Amino acid sequence: MASDTPIVLIGDRAEVAPRPRGATAKLRPGRFALTVAALFTFAFLYVPIAVLIAFSFNSARTGATWQGFTLQWYERMLSNPRLIDAAANSLIVAALSTLGSVVIGTLMAIAMERYRFRAQAVWDGLLYMPVIVPEIVMGISLLLFFASIGLERGLITLIISHIAFSMPFVYLTMRARLADFDRSLEEAAQDLGADEWTTFRRVTFPLLLPGIISSALLAFTLSLDDFVTSFFVAGVGSQTLPVYIWGQIRRGITPEINAISTVMLILSIVLVILSQALQRRQSSH
Amino acid sequence: MVLRIKSFAQGQPLSALSADTSICGGRGLSEFAVELRDVTKVFGEVVAVDHVSMGIRQGEFFAMLGPSGCGKTTSLRMIAGFERPTSGEVYIDGKPMGSTPPFRRDVNTVFQSYALFPHMTVEQNVGFGLEMKGVPRAEINRRVKEALELVRLPQMAKRYPRQMSGGQQQRVALARALVNRPKVLLLDEPLGALDAKLRKEMQIELKALQREVGITFVFVTHDQEEALSMSDRIAVFSKGKVLQIGTPLEIYERPNCRFVADFIGETNFIEGKVKQIDGEFAVLESDGRCFVGRAGEGLRVGAQASLSVRPEKAQLVEQPMNSANCYEVRVHSVAYVGSDTRVIVMLGDQHFDIWEQNSLSTLDPNYFFGPGERAWLVFRPENALILAE
Ligand SMILES: Nc1ncnc2c1ncn2[C@@H]1O[C@H](COP(=O)(O)OP(=O)(O)O)[C@@H](O)[C@H]1O
Ligand SMILES: [Mg+2]
Repeated sequence: MASDTPIVLIGDRAEVAPRPRGATAKLRPGRFALTVAALFTFAFLYVPIAVLIAFSFNSARTGATWQGFTLQWYERMLSNPRLIDAAANSLIVAALSTLGSVVIGTLMAIAMERYRFRAQAVWDGLLYMPVIVPEIVMGISLLLFFASIGLERGLITLIISHIAFSMPFVYLTMRARLADFDRSLEEAAQDLGADEWTTFRRVTFPLLLPGIISSALLAFTLSLDDFVTSFFVAGVGSQTLPVYIWGQIRRGITPEINAISTVMLILSIVLVILSQALQRRQSSH
Repeated sequence: MVLRIKSFAQGQPLSALSADTSICGGRGLSEFAVELRDVTKVFGEVVAVDHVSMGIRQGEFFAMLGPSGCGKTTSLRMIAGFERPTSGEVYIDGKPMGSTPPFRRDVNTVFQSYALFPHMTVEQNVGFGLEMKGVPRAEINRRVKEALELVRLPQMAKRYPRQMSGGQQQRVALARALVNRPKVLLLDEPLGALDAKLRKEMQIELKALQREVGITFVFVTHDQEEALSMSDRIAVFSKGKVLQIGTPLEIYERPNCRFVADFIGETNFIEGKVKQIDGEFAVLESDGRCFVGRAGEGLRVGAQASLSVRPEKAQLVEQPMNSANCYEVRVHSVAYVGSDTRVIVMLGDQHFDIWEQNSLSTLDPNYFFGPGERAWLVFRPENALILAE
């Protein structure tokens, strides 16, 4: 009877585990189909990436055969000055555009949340519209814009463009954070003698900080990964990493490219995980 | 019980009070810790506070009482400085506040939601106000410790608000405000979120605390029992207006209008026309019966009025008595509720409540009338109040 049923502790609740069904239990056809579909989905999503990562460690220069483990592509990657330049450009653009979009996006979110003015819904919509503008349209329009005002393509145009496409994401994240923000905390600070600036510094900012950091990580990731917009607005000497990679690919995919891509992938994953962890930490407050 | 009611002057609408306060504003203690003179606050279409005038005395425990949405919080927020009156003026310690921001007013607030800073420990929360004033660190530490002892939470200094129960958070909020020794402490339904038992305990504690620190408390509540048991004086609000200001005794025994009589405690109303006014008393005719009661303000012969009798001030007798206010009734129901027995009788086609405190004699099963029996309702004219509509 129930006495031979194992008791499993999940959290602090004891639950009776389902009785193991032995080898004779048949898989129902519906369930089988679903399992297969799920496996295909995961394979479809991750096999190409896994292959790319594997080949970045493959000592064969060409071809799809495994010829043993090597780190030489990573070494070569690090000793390629043009690649290092592109990586440096990427980091500079990502850092400065993140700073810009976080400051602008946060201030816009505070303004839209705190003040009421005419046609507010329209302004609000315009602020996050770039999220749905096709990136190629965005890239071409920025290119035309810079050309028309006579701004030379280079790091400046890259930074401005990256602020333009990442700011709406910061804005949306901060709007959500501010909607949950308890205004009576600011009133309490003022009630206790803090002026507006002190209230912002001691109460508003510290409480918004996790949201600011997670939107900064998001903006940084978006900037680092961007290809389409950057392709249009980058100058000859100011290629970012994705643009440089694209240039190299035209001469065929090399294991070196696989190595760079693997590094970028890992960097992006780390940033996203950090951002998610921060979101969770704040919502558990 | 004989009630000694000295004066009802304070029970009148406060236009009288605001007339002769021009002496305030100089140096020295003003009579009022807080004063509202003809204050109105309009939000869009809504008149949240409607020409309110009141003076809150130094050291007083003052309650603003009224149903939800009647403008209590808005009034409190105008005193704190979070809202500006649309018209009229708020005075704190005799000084007109104008557009003085909250951080320059010598008042502190205990928020209904407590509004404790979640990223600061209890100690940091309580010390925040002193820090803002630039009090030296050593003194901050000493006063924070004292304040936490005052609210009986000395061992919680290092905790974060989320690690505490609602009742404990409430005490921290109190300590955070009191530690600044403000002129006036504003409390917006501070006990609203606590369960009934804790609430009763905190009522007693808060009252004792106020006596101990001697600070003027302005206390917002919608709970009439809470207001009656804690306050020195109560302002009864309805729809943005202050209907009556007075001591709990005045408000309960001598409500100045039907709303106050109805909102504070339980009462029976008998509606009719004023037949006669004779000094302190008046006669009301209702459904062919005549009732005698104390005359309220503004009664006119021939006008519609209501007579109010508290259920504990009416009795049932077996035989008709040769006195005023004695009419035959039929017993509708009898309910034993522990402390007293509540009888509902039919006076004509109207319900009328009568409460009698239980005692040894009422335990006799034959003491009360049974449902359907005939009896005579009687109450003394001094215990009834005739109020103009
Ligand atoms: N900021 C505001 N904007 C618009 N209406 C408000 C605002 N604050 C209060 N009110 C309105 O004013 C009236 C009084 O509210 P309040 O002072 O909060 O009442 P109470 O505290 O007695 O429940 C209500 O009708 C409320 O809806
Ligand atoms: Mg309220």
